Amino acid sequence: MRSGLVRFLALWKKEWIQIWRDPASIAIGVVLPAVLLLIYGYGISLDSLRLPIGVVVENPNPLTASFVAGLERSRYFSPEPYGAIGGAEEAMRDGKVEAILWLWSDFTRRGLREGNAPLSLIVNGVDANTARLLEGYFQGVWSQWLQWEANTSGQPLLLPVEVESRIWFNPALESRHYLAPGVIVINMTLVGALLTALVIAREWERGTMEALLSTPVSMAEILWSKTGPYFVLGMGGMAVCVVMAVALFGAPLLGSVWVLSLASALFLLSSLGMGLLISSALRSTFLASMVAIVATFLPAFILSGFIFDIASMPEPIRLFTYLFAARYFVTLLQTIFLAGNVWSVILPNLVALFLMAAFFLGNAWRISRRSLE
Amino acid sequence: MRQRIFGLIVKELLALFRDKRSRFVVIGPPLIQLIIFGYAATFDVNRVAYAVYDEENSGTSRELLARFEGSRAFRCLGYIHSNGEIAKVIDRKKVLLVIHIGRNFSRNLFASPPARIQVIVDGRNSNTAGILLGYVNQIVEDFNASWLPLHGIKPPAGVLRPRAWYNPNLESRWFIVPGLLATLTLVVSIVTVGLSVAREREIGTLDQLLVTPMRPWEIVLGKVIPGFLVAMGEVTLIFLAAIFWFRIPFVGNLLALYVGLAFFSLAVIGVGLIISSISMTQQQALLGSFFFLSPAIVLSGFSTPLRNMPEVVQWVTLLNPLRFALVVVRRVFLEGAGFAEVWPQYIPMALIASISLLAAWGVFRRRVG
Repeated sequence: MRSGLVRFLALWKKEWIQIWRDPASIAIGVVLPAVLLLIYGYGISLDSLRLPIGVVVENPNPLTASFVAGLERSRYFSPEPYGAIGGAEEAMRDGKVEAILWLWSDFTRRGLREGNAPLSLIVNGVDANTARLLEGYFQGVWSQWLQWEANTSGQPLLLPVEVESRIWFNPALESRHYLAPGVIVINMTLVGALLTALVIAREWERGTMEALLSTPVSMAEILWSKTGPYFVLGMGGMAVCVVMAVALFGAPLLGSVWVLSLASALFLLSSLGMGLLISSALRSTFLASMVAIVATFLPAFILSGFIFDIASMPEPIRLFTYLFAARYFVTLLQTIFLAGNVWSVILPNLVALFLMAAFFLGNAWRISRRSLE
Repeated sequence: MRQRIFGLIVKELLALFRDKRSRFVVIGPPLIQLIIFGYAATFDVNRVAYAVYDEENSGTSRELLARFEGSRAFRCLGYIHSNGEIAKVIDRKKVLLVIHIGRNFSRNLFASPPARIQVIVDGRNSNTAGILLGYVNQIVEDFNASWLPLHGIKPPAGVLRPRAWYNPNLESRWFIVPGLLATLTLVVSIVTVGLSVAREREIGTLDQLLVTPMRPWEIVLGKVIPGFLVAMGEVTLIFLAAIFWFRIPFVGNLLALYVGLAFFSLAVIGVGLIISSISMTQQQALLGSFFFLSPAIVLSGFSTPLRNMPEVVQWVTLLNPLRFALVVVRRVFLEGAGFAEVWPQYIPMALIASISLLAAWGVFRRRVG
């Protein structure tokens, strides 16, 4: 038993020395997450402000002028006047404006006499999400202007039903608040799988695995000594990320730090486990790195619910997302950061992460052991 | 000399395609990813679960609620019967939206409009929440517009009639799938080329190459051309899948698309070669590729608009070849662009390609010298 401990400590020390001598690992573990968080935190935003919109008013009068002024006041638009629809259409083709508001010559007359005069809004639909948000913002500016116009003219505006919206967890709808936790997940997926994907494959490729196996060390000991140091590095990176998300991007951390740490630890174990499994199964650094990239970064980016809402995906894809640890971690982080300790969300996701970690580590151990014989 | 380079190209391609596993890794994942991500990467808000808290339960309130049930965006999960339940269903992510209609809804509607309905939205995903609110407003707006004339009241002056160019139903798939064409090409090229030199160094075959009469630039060319061939093959494969599987409309000039993607893949191969020549081990090469890859994808406009980034970050994106490739791909696919519209995008990609390939050659020469 004591010799086992000594062996294990020696292995552990060997791994640390290896990490220490190859500064790349420390760079990945701690520096990379910080840099990436900085880039992503500033780079990823879904809040469109000051969208350029072409405005064509065929029959200008005080009423239309007052609406265009309302458009100018809105933080979502920066209107650009055009004399005729032809010029505005050309600007849209050149990508200079994202949308065109076209008020026909009889707009005011029809609007004042019978109401419901059409406001023609042409949007560039290529970026469908921005287009849809733009339509929503425009609707908002229009309703506000109607209200304001009714108040100043002394004629009460008759809106039968009015929506009073309450947005929970993120009242200002700042995309940065929900993206910051997601960015952490992308970071940690990268770090976890990358750190380990190459470790075991490298030992097989260089033949040092045979050397290790001829010693009395057991496979489990090798795997634990490989996971441990990288786990410590990864948790360091995680801490850097959380501090930056809170201090720099103002993400509220409503839940408890302990739950956050537990979730991070389980997630790191599962992504380290996946890295170990990939490299033990493939034993070639080239293949291991290909698979690591394919199986980690893009799924964490696209299938985790980080940017794209899982609920809107087609059924088969939605089931597929359950295979990725990043999915559970994104849900956990978004809940812990923005909603607090909601146990009915946190517990099932923690269990899922635990099962994934156990699955990956167990299989990594099984595969490496079998290949011994 | 030409024979030497040709021999090297054949050797590179054999190294990639002779091993069954590595052949699969080059061809399989991009297609699988295209299919999965093409379906998964959507900003469209469909069938969102909501709950109704209808305190009044009158004909009028049911009439309004029926409009939500009829909308494709929403899916009613059920009714709740107390204020306390609202927090329960939203916190647990059972629903994203609760529509609360108060006890005096109809009385207010007829006696002292406006009658207010309360909509509680889960803001954890702010994009979805923003779009949901837009839909809710649209539905209520429609209700109002049809209610007023029925009760003999003049409606407001105007009503919004939006329509979209290039993508009339605002399907985000039309935006994302052409984007994946460029993005997946980037991933494959950077990984195959980015690791190639480092791998040869690690297994020692680089030394064998260097004792042959080949010059460094010949070796570099022997790496660039196979990478380019693989990338263009990948482009064709993904292009066909986008057209025939996803049925994305293609209305532009095919040649303009290919020329753009050719410049793009040369630029990416140049960056990959630099990374590969700088790295001492495959692990470093992989890290280097990643360090380039993930910011390149995030800061390209692939998923979130460039316009939303701070100005400084927008300048940084000018160094990113993917940014220009995405413009080419989307404009040619959806807007029907040809050379006249997209040539300005070629120039920065050509610049990045020539600078990075020259730099790769320089680094390589110094490294082996």
